[in-house]
Amino acid sequence: MGYVKGLKCRECARIYPVEAIYVCEYCFGSLEVDYDYDQLKKVVTKKRIESGPASLWRYRDLLPINGEPTVGFYSGFTPLVKANRLAEELGVREIYIKDDSSCHPTLSFKDRVVAVALSKAKEFGFDTVACASTGNLANAVAAHGAWAGLKRYIFIPHDLERAKVIGTLVYSPNLIMVRGNYDDVNRLCSEVAAKYHWGFVNINIRPYYAEGSKTYGYEIAEQLGWRTPDHLVCPAASGSLLTKIWKAFKEFHKLGLIDSVKTSLHCAQPAGCSPISDAILSKSESIRPVKPKTIAKSLAIGNPADGYYARDAVQQSGGTAGIASDQEIVEGIQLLARTEGIFTETAGGVTMAVTKKLIEQGKIRKDQSVVIAITGNGLKTQEAIQSTLTSALEIAPQLKSFEERVLKNTNAGAGLPRP
Amino acid sequence: MAITVRIPTPLQKLTRDQSEVSVVATTISGCIQALEQDYPGIKERICDEQGNLRRFVNVFLNEEDIRFLKKEQTPIKDGDEVSIVPAIAGG
Repeated sequence: MGYVKGLKCRECARIYPVEAIYVCEYCFGSLEVDYDYDQLKKVVTKKRIESGPASLWRYRDLLPINGEPTVGFYSGFTPLVKANRLAEELGVREIYIKDDSSCHPTLSFKDRVVAVALSKAKEFGFDTVACASTGNLANAVAAHGAWAGLKRYIFIPHDLERAKVIGTLVYSPNLIMVRGNYDDVNRLCSEVAAKYHWGFVNINIRPYYAEGSKTYGYEIAEQLGWRTPDHLVCPAASGSLLTKIWKAFKEFHKLGLIDSVKTSLHCAQPAGCSPISDAILSKSESIRPVKPKTIAKSLAIGNPADGYYARDAVQQSGGTAGIASDQEIVEGIQLLARTEGIFTETAGGVTMAVTKKLIEQGKIRKDQSVVIAITGNGLKTQEAIQSTLTSALEIAPQLKSFEERVLKNTNAGAGLPRP
Repeated sequence: MAITVRIPTPLQKLTRDQSEVSVVATTISGCIQALEQDYPGIKERICDEQGNLRRFVNVFLNEEDIRFLKKEQTPIKDGDEVSIVPAIAGG
């Protein structure tokens, strides 16, 4: 059974029923799922969670479905990697990588939100689901939707990375490439959603979809031994993930599962699209939309719908923000791969680069614990690093060739340019 | 200037269920005034007490966000299309 009281407007607090709606009729604020925390306090214990499945559904009491989950049985519950070599290189005592680059089945944290969204869409009786995406959401909706037997319409900007397009088409959805940027796609989709009775996971199913991101935060707390880290660096596109991680920590505290929430949350954005980081760093009242221009395409949302809430979460937590240039993003990807064997996409490069900066700036102290939020897999954004990689050594199939070309000329791990 | 305004679902109750209406205005702020005249109550949904557009209301003039133009002072010409769109997320 579910513990959802209803939907509530985040701006004016008006209450709405549990339906496929997402915006307040009175003030246009976004609607959020409201839970019966008094009941939840009686039901949710560490033991109950620990005895749940090894997936995001171990937290199902805190997720907005009534019946059994029907999608995403193997999603979530990703590794929290203790990053000792990275910590040594950055001169910090304790770093962890929350590694959703390995999330099942489409290798990004979107598998979490889609598992919840499609379970809810099925509860509402939708037979067709849809989304507007910068890539990861497209992959997740295409895959989970195939598994659930749903018709799918997926809208993307026309210039997404090849792996993301292939990684959507392979599941045989209807994939629509829009000649515009993500914000154009989103605006079109809001009009399509209004006209056709489809479950748009990021539009009319959004309040339920967004709750799936809390599981990223719950897992971090549980995997750290029921505590929160001193610092958490999180990438921001719409700002929803960052906001929901904060909500997750606060909920665990409210339910008595953790003693305190001592985390400083830091927002990481790319230089070509940093409206939230800009607002935080300049202490500005308003968030100014931008026209994105960055290699971090999964973060290329110029008008972030949760921007204000992400900013509020960062400020409440005493955190700050950082911005990474295209070059720093690439270096971030390589740093993480070289030290910890984790290949993340450009969004992860942003987060890694900003973490490094915050340490260098002294905003993260060397004796404090840090979690770096990695949200997607590097195979999806190969174009970004292709040109900066050293090439392999090519030899003839002879021992002599190997000894002359490889052993004589290399030190541990370094590649040679081609002759 | 006669323009078309696309009305989002949450506001259609106020425009007698029409998703597209016609008004005459020369700026975005004039357009809001004209909407209020024809469909009373609409202004208070999309504007705050000071009369400024609420932060979660997106207004587009011919597909361009007015925040990239002159915001409420953006001039409008005959045949232009204005869309009112609630904020949405994604990824």
